[in-house]
Amino acid sequence: MDLSLISILFVILAVISIFSALMLITRKNPVTSALYLILNFFTVSGIYLLLKAQFIAIIQVMVYMGAIMVLFLFVIMLLNLRDEKNLTESFSFKKLTSVLLSITFFVLIGTTFYFGFSNINPSRQGVEEKTVEIGKATFLGEKLFTEFAMPVLIAGILLLVAIIGAVVLAKKKFDPVSPDKE
Amino acid sequence: MTVNWIEILITVIKILLVQIILLTGVAYTVYTERRVSAFIQNRIGPNRVGPAGLLQPIVDVVKLLMKEDIVPNQANRFIHSLAPAISVGVALCTVAVIPFGDKIILFGREIKLQIASVNIGVLYILALVSLGVYGITLSGWSSNSKYSLLGGLRASAQMISYELSMGLSLLGIVLINGTFELDTIVLNQYGWKWNIILQPIGFITFLVAAFAETNRTPFDLPEAEQELVGGYHTEYSSMKFALFFLAEYANVIVSACIITTLYLGGWQFPYLQTFGISPMIMSILQILTFLIKAIFVVLFFIWIRWTIPRFRYDQLMSLGWKIMLPASLLNLVVTSIIVLLLKYN
Repeated sequence: MDLSLISILFVILAVISIFSALMLITRKNPVTSALYLILNFFTVSGIYLLLKAQFIAIIQVMVYMGAIMVLFLFVIMLLNLRDEKNLTESFSFKKLTSVLLSITFFVLIGTTFYFGFSNINPSRQGVEEKTVEIGKATFLGEKLFTEFAMPVLIAGILLLVAIIGAVVLAKKKFDPVSPDKE
Repeated sequence: MTVNWIEILITVIKILLVQIILLTGVAYTVYTERRVSAFIQNRIGPNRVGPAGLLQPIVDVVKLLMKEDIVPNQANRFIHSLAPAISVGVALCTVAVIPFGDKIILFGREIKLQIASVNIGVLYILALVSLGVYGITLSGWSSNSKYSLLGGLRASAQMISYELSMGLSLLGIVLINGTFELDTIVLNQYGWKWNIILQPIGFITFLVAAFAETNRTPFDLPEAEQELVGGYHTEYSSMKFALFFLAEYANVIVSACIITTLYLGGWQFPYLQTFGISPMIMSILQILTFLIKAIFVVLFFIWIRWTIPRFRYDQLMSLGWKIMLPASLLNLVVTSIIVLLLKYN
């Protein structure tokens, strides 16, 4: 790979992203962890931008950083969790199994990618224009509402059900006589 | 890929120019606010430093720089310093997608008067607006003070509620133009076809949401002095406090620019092309048009602040969820039906 501006930017973003992911799982203060997760999302959206997927990059910022993480922070701050000393547990059999399992998982993924894609040699011609086209909102909209209309509708119904469930859970006592009290 | 250094240089110059103008604008918006409020309340206002008090902003900044910077004992130092930086950064980044004029030809090179012409301009604005919550929430939490925390929580709840109607009212414009690009949206507002005329309900809901997002009266509950001392910036002093102040006024200016771009025709001067002026003078006139429109919106913001009293918190929430959200949804439905009918006729 030639040392172009894009590859330099990619290396910087990738390093920050891995660093923030590591900090996220090692910090004890939950608020700091949440902030590192936000930084991680930000760098990932930067990588999307390098892949010319502007729409997906901005949706990543809006949905994950702008909505979901704000709620996360809210919950953490309202519970006022300070440094959780109890979270550090000593060596256990559970830990060993999880480490072994995750190593197996990564080896599997690595071999799949190595043997699965090593013999495919994609020609770079035409790929640039196609990615620019795919990154645009109009392309995604057309695909989503023609070819993938059914999955979109199902996802919408699922979200609606979740919202109704949240409202029901939030209403602590359902009193049919006087709904305004409590 | 070859790097075009001249293009990068032009972009850097554009960024510097826009930021200098924006920061000077902030200083003088504060001055204007003080003078206009004095006028409205039958006072004189700052008139001692320089002619008619015009040097007052410089003196204010120097004073703030000289003050002692105090961090509360139990506060989280890093996040306490990070919060004002996020607020200011978000406010200064939003200006990147706003087109200040059409293309201009300088030294035989066509230059677009917009820092970043991206095909997701409208979404970029919404994304940065949603990031603005972090500065306020984090400052409220990290100060370790109940007033700050309450102010921060109020601000975040308010901003999340009003973001929805803001996004929905913007969708009306996106439907009419069929694009997220701000320069195309401005180009389509030629003649009388300003979006304020095509989208009157959307304009009102967006304007109210913009007031709520910038935490200005009648929606300035996050910093209601009588209840919360100073709200989320109670524990801030010196330049960190000044950064919050700067962010608030930068947000006012940027909101004014966004409202101008989306609803008031941006740099379009109605029927300017029919006068037959040379392109150079026309570009300058267009930039001036944009600036004058934006200044009028800023004055409108100030006028509202010193005229209308503050809402109660439950009134604010019921306005946001029971009136603004249905109104912007209705606007969206009606707009999409009309767009669909026009397309098939």
